[in-house]
Amino acid sequence: MPSTMFDRIWDRHVVADLGEGWSLLYLDRILVHDLSGGRAMEELAEKGLRVAEPRKVFATPDHAVSSAPGRTAMTYRKGGELLARLRARCAAEGVRIFDLGQRGNGIVHVMAPELAIVLPGLTLACGDSHTCTNGGVGALAFGIGASELAHALATQTLPQRRPGTFRIRFEGARPPGVTAKDMILAAIGRFGAAAGTGMAMEYAGEAVRALSVEERLTLCNLSIEMGAKVGMVAPDDATFHYLAGRDFAPKGRLWEQAMAEWRALPSDEEAVFTRDETIRMADVPPQITWGTSPEQVVAVTGHVPPLEAARDAAQRAAWEAALRYMGLAPGQPLIGTKVDWVFIGSCTNSRLSDLRAAAAMLKGRRKAPHVTAWVVPGSEQVKAEAEAEGLHRRFLEAGFEWREPGCALCVAANGEAVPEGARCVSTSNRNFVGRQGSGARTHLASPATAAAAALAGAIVDARSF
Amino acid sequence: MQPFRSVTGPAIPLMMANVDTDVIIPIQRLVGTGREGLGPYAFERLRTRADGSENPDFVGNHPAWRGAPILLADENFGCGSSREGAVWALMGMGVRCVIAPSFGDIFFANCFQNGLLPVRLPIAAIRRIAEETEAAPGNARTTVDLERQVVITPRGEEIPFAVDARKRQALLEGLDDIALTLRQREAIEAWRARDRAARPWAWESVA
Repeated sequence: MPSTMFDRIWDRHVVADLGEGWSLLYLDRILVHDLSGGRAMEELAEKGLRVAEPRKVFATPDHAVSSAPGRTAMTYRKGGELLARLRARCAAEGVRIFDLGQRGNGIVHVMAPELAIVLPGLTLACGDSHTCTNGGVGALAFGIGASELAHALATQTLPQRRPGTFRIRFEGARPPGVTAKDMILAAIGRFGAAAGTGMAMEYAGEAVRALSVEERLTLCNLSIEMGAKVGMVAPDDATFHYLAGRDFAPKGRLWEQAMAEWRALPSDEEAVFTRDETIRMADVPPQITWGTSPEQVVAVTGHVPPLEAARDAAQRAAWEAALRYMGLAPGQPLIGTKVDWVFIGSCTNSRLSDLRAAAAMLKGRRKAPHVTAWVVPGSEQVKAEAEAEGLHRRFLEAGFEWREPGCALCVAANGEAVPEGARCVSTSNRNFVGRQGSGARTHLASPATAAAAALAGAIVDARSF
Repeated sequence: MQPFRSVTGPAIPLMMANVDTDVIIPIQRLVGTGREGLGPYAFERLRTRADGSENPDFVGNHPAWRGAPILLADENFGCGSSREGAVWALMGMGVRCVIAPSFGDIFFANCFQNGLLPVRLPIAAIRRIAEETEAAPGNARTTVDLERQVVITPRGEEIPFAVDARKRQALLEGLDDIALTLRQREAIEAWRARDRAARPWAWESVA
């Protein structure tokens, strides 16, 4: 019977059938970070349990660490205390930790593919909703809460209910100036923030095949913003080329064996998905959000929708609340809206190709004087590679801040925040109320759109700027 | 885990769609606060105004619904971040059951880990409960009975709801998933042995 890539990976990892669609799934990898990792391992110890397979668990501090140049663990004291607990438990359990300043450190979903901790066909769980990012290499990766994390660490398994499958095919060639971020924002705008609830996403089609692995990670990253815990892209030669030789990639004979298995992963031509949709790339211009849910998104050249366009009273009320918070009016164009902050970073868009795209917008220009612009590389490795190319100098010369790796302003859990009422064009993944700081107004967009906004001091179409 | 059998009390008619876990509990509170202390910060950004005073427009601040054990919401409640603190904060403010047409998947799973019951009902039914509640604030009582799998509205209408049998059992008995899985130790060991032979590449690269 024809099957999907999701089916193949899921079925292979079933340890026990628990009935009613539930399975006990084996986890090939577990990632932990500073915000919940130390606490989860402490909870195990309190119950008299150990980490079942510490060699399959990898830790990195990212959420609650300062991104200030020259930072130490204690630059943000509360985060430093969480990190101390994570270090202590990793040492006690024999879990590898990629600590601040060390090669391998970075945002958990940036460092995992970068070190080939995640591989095609593997299952991976992490106490962070953007774990779906890792599906960009063809893995079944999903976010979990603290209790499930403790369970995962104690048993290397998780009881999970089999989700449905939802494929989106992006057909046609990608128009110039359109990025993976624009593709996934457009999909969320079209299908809604809950369309993927209870689903595992697969992204396919000509435009997805043509994406680099880094871009596929961006695409999968926002699956959770459509409600889906899982997002995947089938592995191909681009994936194998990306992974080959990285720290935890199989080597030699094992690499050959793995590749043979990976080549059999992609969904069968005739495979049936619970839901199957197509987006034509000709209909995907650069996107920007106007509201407080990622589904509240339009073309950067577009307008805030008029309230009459709401489908019902509840949506109208939600739009009104969002516009009040964002300080925008129904029907107004996005272009020309004054911007105070720009954030280039996060597990969505902090990889080398993102920083290159942002730097390419600069062309020797400087940011607008009233704008604060931050670039936060996703990992120590991204930072080192960007500096080797001189990208950091170009950002600094343009008046941007070049900072240390971490989640930083995406989640504002590290003592850093966009000020109350300030408007920020951000390459991150969530425009929720208060996400980037109390009262902060977030517009999600691609690195090019964000960099252009910093230069113009307002929202602009990066294609003609 | 705290068992859940049945709860009766006022239902907070929040009735918003896409309530994300950042709104339920700001991340800054999770960095410095233990799980027991989160209740006062639940919905902090809706509950308080910029000057720190209480926002009278937030329905949870209404005297009739303070400490209410049931929360009514529109679709996609608990979307976004995986933070389990969202569940701890809701329980800290006294909520034991959330009724919504749909939930964020990770939040939904987190609820069951802590004895908070998420109930899916059609939006029309939730609106009826909200209307009956708002018609008699302070007096209206809703019951959510997990044993019988029914919601009883303030006017006495019984609305059945579905819940996974294994999740229902775990909630009724307050069972911990880890203890259940550890009983499968032999199956896990057998799986590992088979997999290690079949996929050495997935093992040796991190050994």
